[in-house]
Amino acid sequence: MAVIETRSLTKTFGKIQAVRGIDLSIEQGEIFGLLGPNGAGKTTTIGMLCTIIRPTAGRGIVAGFDVAASPTQVRRNVGIVFQDPTLDTILTGRENLQLHARLYGIPAGMRALWIDEMLALVDLKDRADDLTRTYSGGMRRRLELARGLLHRPAVLFLDEPTLGLDPQTRARVWEYIRQTARKENTTVVLTTHYMEEAQQVCGRVGIIDRGKIIALDTPQNMIDSLGGDIVAIRAESPPLDRIRSLPYVSSVRMVDGVMEATMKSAHLHLAQLLPLIPGVQSVEMRKPTLNDVFMKLTGRDIRDDNAADSGSWAETIARYQQRGQ
Amino acid sequence: MNDMNPSKLLQRELMGISAVWWREYKVFWREKSRIVSSIVQPLIWLFLFGSGIGASLSVENVHYRDYIYPGILTMSVIFGSVFFGLYIVWDRKLDVLKAVLVAPVARISIFFGKVLGGCTDVLLQVMILFAFAFLFPAVDLQGIPQALLLLLVTSIALVSLGLALGSLLESLEGFQVISAFLVFPLFFLSGALFPLDERLPSWLTGLVILNPLSYTVDGVRGALLGMNRYPFWADLGIVALFALVMLVVGSVMFSRMK
Repeated sequence: MAVIETRSLTKTFGKIQAVRGIDLSIEQGEIFGLLGPNGAGKTTTIGMLCTIIRPTAGRGIVAGFDVAASPTQVRRNVGIVFQDPTLDTILTGRENLQLHARLYGIPAGMRALWIDEMLALVDLKDRADDLTRTYSGGMRRRLELARGLLHRPAVLFLDEPTLGLDPQTRARVWEYIRQTARKENTTVVLTTHYMEEAQQVCGRVGIIDRGKIIALDTPQNMIDSLGGDIVAIRAESPPLDRIRSLPYVSSVRMVDGVMEATMKSAHLHLAQLLPLIPGVQSVEMRKPTLNDVFMKLTGRDIRDDNAADSGSWAETIARYQQRGQ
Repeated sequence: MNDMNPSKLLQRELMGISAVWWREYKVFWREKSRIVSSIVQPLIWLFLFGSGIGASLSVENVHYRDYIYPGILTMSVIFGSVFFGLYIVWDRKLDVLKAVLVAPVARISIFFGKVLGGCTDVLLQVMILFAFAFLFPAVDLQGIPQALLLLLVTSIALVSLGLALGSLLESLEGFQVISAFLVFPLFFLSGALFPLDERLPSWLTGLVILNPLSYTVDGVRGALLGMNRYPFWADLGIVALFALVMLVVGSVMFSRMK
């Protein structure tokens, strides 16, 4: 049974179309990733599914309830971990969970037990009675994860759960997410722009760009659809058309002056390929990632899009400097 | 899942209210420095200001320091309550409220939880100030329950007012404006520090009469010193009406808060 079902889910803010008609069906127990650059509509989509944002049009059913018509019932059945930390730092870890337990109507007799269980699950038993302001970034995230799961929701929403954490902590947080989802058979819907991590954790991913889902599949199928490994060759003037016509090459393109060819069994074909290209300076071979999938679909690099924030700063400064001239 | 059962729904909302209340109570005892300063400040007014002015002034044969005791109690209720409510601006900035606002609890329940929490904080402060009452010979200790009731209703009104304003404000800069244009005038125009008699300029008398908090001061002064202009029930009635209006305004603003 699908635990989340959406039909043309849409949100417009004034003139801006943040989400332009999303159709999704997510099964119980899935770990589903919404991937895409900043501003693609990931957070807005999640916001609508957990009833923080009211859809402009379309329908969303979560855990059997309509997000627009029965928000309270939806809220009771979902857990949320926001992008920005939302712990009450003047309370201890345990008190944060106690507050949450009361807000979600967990009966008094069960509270202490459930809280202890969750604290154990995220390895925070020793620090449970310290103020959360003394916690590290990774500990805070783990506590938020525990909080999101405390009332045993059918669906756990995680918005960029590893943003701002160092790589080692990120890996651990993913491990907790995987563990808990398996243990409780909770459906997890997460957003991230760390493509490599999504690839490891998610059973299925939807790539979202400019408010629309442009691909929906398992990470492996998406990567396989690219047609092989990627060989990046830096050379003076690679004969692109010639290479493209080779039977074992699926596609060729130029990225920042480097030729990237996708081909089957690259390790076997490289020896045949190289003599065709004059003036080779460097050769690199790698397995494709979801980022390559995104690039193929949009012609853009997801990391460039995420760097766009700083770009707009530079533009603003440039405009500011030209202002007086 | 029995979602439509009204008694169950009510029970859930009550649990939500108590959750927010419980949180505020925890926070109150954790911020020791805030408790100390909220007690020390009125005592400074009473003993430094009150004793100073009292050296050359008394009102109807009551020492000035004793005379302003009810007014200073009201002052700590005004400041404590309004700023407690305004504090949600800070909570919102730190995203502390975000997790609470997505819980399956009605906004209005969260509002009531906050109001109860604020009143509890303020009344605990007032009780500590009552513990010093024996230092003021003119104060009749038997009037404390009446005074407490009036101060509680006043606190309900002002926490609601603070929450209403806090729902509107985007940043902490608004604190100064509200402090200067609302909180201080409310305090000075309540007759907390001077008697409302024929020597006052008429414009000042008019403003004092319009200020609902003047009736808190009058009622508390009546209860503790026997120096009231209006009967206690009239003071209580006016303040209760003010509280009712503020509860409505506050809950509407809080529900609309982004």
